[in-house]
Amino acid sequence: MDLSPVILTLKLAAITTVLLLLIGLPVAWWLSKSKSILKLIIEAIITMPLVLPPSVLGFYLLLAFSPQHGIGKWLRDVFDVQLVFSFPGLILASVIYSLPFMIGPIKSALQQLPPSLAQASYTLGKSERQTFMHVLLPNIRASVLTAATLTFVHTLGEFGVVLMIGGNIPGVTRVASIAVYDAVENQDYSSANAYSLILFGITFITVISVFVFNKYKAKSPLE
Amino acid sequence: MISIDIEKSLNSHNHLSVLQITQEIPVGSITKIYGPSGAGKTTLIKVIAGLTRPEKGRIRFNDITWLDTENGIFVSPQQRKVGLVFQQYALFPNMTVLQHLRYATNDETWIKQLLTIGKLEAFAQQKPEYLSGGQQQRLAILRAMATKPQLLLMDEPFSALDPEMKTELINDLQYLWKELATTVLVVSHNPLELEGIFQQEILIKSPVAGA
Repeated sequence: MDLSPVILTLKLAAITTVLLLLIGLPVAWWLSKSKSILKLIIEAIITMPLVLPPSVLGFYLLLAFSPQHGIGKWLRDVFDVQLVFSFPGLILASVIYSLPFMIGPIKSALQQLPPSLAQASYTLGKSERQTFMHVLLPNIRASVLTAATLTFVHTLGEFGVVLMIGGNIPGVTRVASIAVYDAVENQDYSSANAYSLILFGITFITVISVFVFNKYKAKSPLE
Repeated sequence: MISIDIEKSLNSHNHLSVLQITQEIPVGSITKIYGPSGAGKTTLIKVIAGLTRPEKGRIRFNDITWLDTENGIFVSPQQRKVGLVFQQYALFPNMTVLQHLRYATNDETWIKQLLTIGKLEAFAQQKPEYLSGGQQQRLAILRAMATKPQLLLMDEPFSALDPEMKTELINDLQYLWKELATTVLVVSHNPLELEGIFQQEILIKSPVAGA
């Protein structure tokens, strides 16, 4: 069995999770304290991947980053970069698609902290950044871990978006979920079963690990 | 001199009321703020600390304007750097007693002195969840004192202490306040609390109904 789709999937999920941690923490922090109209608009945009069919999102990403149009044309002309049908394109699509899974739990956890924690830190002369790093972030560790895990396992299972923007290029964009589909299409049920079992196993072990690490306190995404 | 002249709306029980305070407080004094529940005592100290903005007013501390709504002046809580003891303590769950104090100051001698005053030396490595209510309250007081603030605001700071501990702690704190020339404002709903210790008192009556 060709293991490259599994390795590619794990690589994609790991890179997406790290990038989304870097993007998601400051965005969730801003969303948790902002009361502006801009916040509502950004929250709505971030939530869209949760409710939109993945193929629709993938289609628009394909249009946006196609070398013949808009941003994709600009990227190709200025930086000689092509995102569609490439691994960086998959990363971009995954980051956008999994954004609500990272930001949602972190934002909720920050909103549930008593405002007096940050206020106490401010009166000690600490800046907002110091307060976030030393007071707020350490007290939402469990939620950050939950968010990172959700992002990771959600990326493992992506299908529609990655198929639209990445296609099915072996070793480049063929991730495990696409390999399952491809194997079924070719009536190679033993390979489909093997890829599916690997995905199921990795996902199950990851989720169980979080529950154990959080001492059974990890929150369900539906809570 | 601390000069306060503010007007702040209070939202309580679905009706709007207004807290109006005009007061001058001598530097280095101990002032008790008392009044009925919901009168705005906590709101007043949060306004002084810069954590809440009033609709109108001015606050000056030693000739420095902290707030002037007419001229758009607002000094941040970080710059005011008042010591504030929160009613619900607001301790950091991730930090031990020692880490709380080290977060506020780098002065190890001062930290040691504070731990002695608060009788928390034996609990230096404990996190708040393992401390009793009285120990948590003492830690909140020590943390507020750790920055050696010129102005210390305390919201019901002795409510969880037994009478003996309370007397001893207040004596020690009074010594420190004198040494550091700290101006202290203590909120209490109990008119008899701090009897003989404070130099002046502010009664906050029930707020006036808003328009």
